Amino acid sequence: MFETIWFILWGVLWAVYFMLDGFDLGIGTLMPFLAKSDEDKRYMYNAMGPFWDGNEVWLITAGGATFAAFPTAYAIMFNGLYSALLLLLFALIARGVTFEFRNKVEGSSWKGLWDTFHFIGSFVPALLLGVAFANIFAGLPLDNNGVFQGGLFTLLNPYGILGGILFVLAFITHGALWLAVKTSGELRARALATAGKTWVGLLVVAVLFLAFTWVHTDLFSNYIKYPVMWLIPILAVTALLMMKKFIAAGQEIKAWVASAITIVSITFFGIGGLYPRLLPSSLDPKYDVTIWNASSSELTLKIMLGVAAIMVPIVIAYQAWVYVFLGKKLTEEDLKYEEAY
Amino acid sequence: MDVLMLSRLQFAAASMFHFLFVPLTLGLSVLTAIYETKYVTTGDEDYKRAAKFWGKLFLINFALGVVTGITLEFQFGTNWSSYSKYVGDVFGSLLAIEATLAFYLESTFIGVWVFTWNKVKPKTHALFIWLVAIASNVSALWILIANGWMQHPVGYVLRNGRAELADFIAVITNKFAIYEFLHTVSGAYILSGFFVMGVSAWHILRNNELEFFKKSFRIAATFALVFALFEIFNGHLHGAEVAETQPTKLAAMESHWETKKSAPMYLFLIPDEENERNSLELFPIPGMLSMLAYHSPSAEVKGLKDFPKDERPPVGLTFFGFRIMVGLGFLFGLLTILAWLKRNAPETAPALLKVLILAIPLPYLAIEAGWVVAEVGRQPWIVYGLMKTKDAVSVLASSQVLISLIAFVAFYSFLGIIDFYLLAKYARKGPEKAN
Ligand code: HDD
Ligand code: HEM
Ligand code: HEM
Repeated sequence: MFETIWFILWGVLWAVYFMLDGFDLGIGTLMPFLAKSDEDKRYMYNAMGPFWDGNEVWLITAGGATFAAFPTAYAIMFNGLYSALLLLLFALIARGVTFEFRNKVEGSSWKGLWDTFHFIGSFVPALLLGVAFANIFAGLPLDNNGVFQGGLFTLLNPYGILGGILFVLAFITHGALWLAVKTSGELRARALATAGKTWVGLLVVAVLFLAFTWVHTDLFSNYIKYPVMWLIPILAVTALLMMKKFIAAGQEIKAWVASAITIVSITFFGIGGLYPRLLPSSLDPKYDVTIWNASSSELTLKIMLGVAAIMVPIVIAYQAWVYVFLGKKLTEEDLKYEEAY
Repeated sequence: MDVLMLSRLQFAAASMFHFLFVPLTLGLSVLTAIYETKYVTTGDEDYKRAAKFWGKLFLINFALGVVTGITLEFQFGTNWSSYSKYVGDVFGSLLAIEATLAFYLESTFIGVWVFTWNKVKPKTHALFIWLVAIASNVSALWILIANGWMQHPVGYVLRNGRAELADFIAVITNKFAIYEFLHTVSGAYILSGFFVMGVSAWHILRNNELEFFKKSFRIAATFALVFALFEIFNGHLHGAEVAETQPTKLAAMESHWETKKSAPMYLFLIPDEENERNSLELFPIPGMLSMLAYHSPSAEVKGLKDFPKDERPPVGLTFFGFRIMVGLGFLFGLLTILAWLKRNAPETAPALLKVLILAIPLPYLAIEAGWVVAEVGRQPWIVYGLMKTKDAVSVLASSQVLISLIAFVAFYSFLGIIDFYLLAKYARKGPEKAN
């Protein structure tokens, strides 16, 4: 019972992380292509300004909750994916410092350096997270001791790469929409137009990914067993289609919400298909890491549930307040503000 | 080198680097909050400028504290996966609680604080920085409860081939952890006090914004004094707790080889680890070690030779780390008393001001040395008495860890240099002009 609740919570943490950090990783990935001037870039940095760090904590919590609730899964996943995770880490470090560093010294080579860091630090995590999750959906080569029989390149199989592309497209669309929410005039128009174009790519890749998932993984078996779960992919597709409608109508806030729902429901589609496995083994189902053989003791799960039940709603409440309070469109005044990025 | 050694080096590098930035975050957030509160209560614009000026330095420093923290959170799984499996039931939850209770609050409100100087009432704005300060200190509490459990494990049972939680209350009221928290946080406040005094001294000597920096200096001097004196006192209590729970560490801290009643303390000593003795012992204070460790001059203090060789920590590092820290601790006591006496007219004591500028790096040294004592002195255990470090390591190729270790050192050095350059640059620039 507690194992299942924690499995769902585990999914929620990842889904919220993708929904929130997804847009700022997306903006960072788009920056070299979308920004025409230093001013554009500053709008982009400031569109993420007060939010990005709070967003990233969802990743830390997702990792921490894996450790707390399913320590064996945490150990196997982080050990097995060592090189990929360290790449992710270096990328996030490179990106994290750019906000504070970029405007601290004048000069275009200084700024250019941090802009490059920012792009790499946004694109690489988006890609790697997609690659990692697709590989988990398909199963990792785990032996009877949970040792990962492969390396970084094992992960770069066609299905894994398609997962990476799916994440990148979802995030840049999501990011373009957030940029449209935070800006006005020409930049907003350009951001919306970009979202319209990447949306097409997202649709194509999403369909391919679902088809590939059908043939390559057994994620759908839960859906066949419990047909009510089809509501999740249906929600994903509906939100994806609504997103297009809102983009075309120039309603960026609604389009962003639709994009957020798409990302959350795609994540849940995968998580729902995994249940009760956390890390399926591609070598033998006997070696699967499941919520039953990887979880903490019931006492720990209960205490953690108590903490989560009180704290997560509080966190959501104050973060939502921040989004409403500081989510208004940026103005020229805002860029002149002395503390702005 | 093998995976174990490389992983230890990598963990040490990553955590010691994280802790170059954390103490200033812990203390400067509090000082910034105090300055801003002063602005709210007195209406004196200088305090608003102080909150902005020190707040800016806080932010530059904070950037690296945050990014290097993520590494640590990941490393238990990447490099210490056997450890994570074996004690995750107890240890993992403490990290997760830290994130939910502290990191969200801090990371969210730091952004709000930065972007709302002219959007909310001054009182509300001051509340934001207090939330940040409280959250960063709460994060220290939880991470040190986690570390305290590794130093002195309590509240667990061995079941299902691992350590499982049995008594959560015992884990969070672990006396070792509470001492560790008080000691570490006070150290962080000392460091921040010296940072503010040192930077202020630099400007006061140049007669730059004299009134402004005198105000900053005065508060920092009192702040540093309180915690420097408290640190000597609670460091002593902490040492006594170590004596009780980790006798091997205590013996290594003092390079104490033979079990003795009325053990003396030598003011000067050179350990000779190979021959299990000290090559030089000078200026003994009779019974002092027994007194400090057990509050009785005749108590027996166990020597290293009474423990099997494979359960002794490296003596040299532990011993010198301890000496450096304690020596500096007394120096800070002295310096803060002098600074406090001159708090209202620091410009009349230029020699003291020069010393205070040079003293900025010393608390950093003391803090890093303290961690070497705590962590190296705990060896060969990763969880004292329960799990050895060599059994904790992940299944990895040594080339993987070698590459990541080199990458960490190179990348961190690069970022660290830039961060300290920016800190120095903005510290010299001084506050924005008053209008
Ligand atoms: C400015 C920093 C600073 C200063 C002045 C001192 N310490 Fe310290 N010390 C630390 C900063 C620190 C630390 C970095 O924060 C440590 C590492 C782990 C911990 O709990 O605190 C530490 C560890 C530490 C330990 C080892 C605890 C363990 O094994 O976990 C002992 C016994 C002491 N200290 C004792 C003292 C004494 C007797 C001092 C007398 C002046 C002193 N410290 C000054
Ligand atoms: C931030 C302050 C800290 C510093 C500077 C620090 C420093 C070190 C050092 C120098 C080592 C290497 C010891 C050796 O291998 O001989 C080490 C090991 C280790 N420390 Fe810490 N530590 C810190 C805090 C923590 C905390 C808070 C935890 C746990 C929550 C922790 C967990 C560990 C682990 C797992 C190892 C690896 C095993 C080992 O080699 O001993 N450390 N640390
Ligand atoms: C070795 C164990 C440690 C781990 C796993 C760890 C983890 C982290 C993480 C993940 C962050 C980034 C949070 C963010 O993105 O906002 C962070 C930052 C921070 N850590 Fe550590 N840390 C460790 C040691 C310590 C110690 C010993 C202290 C204090 C005594 C400390 C205090 C802080 C503070 C104050 C911050 C910055 C503020 C924040 O973002 O909340 N950490 N740490």
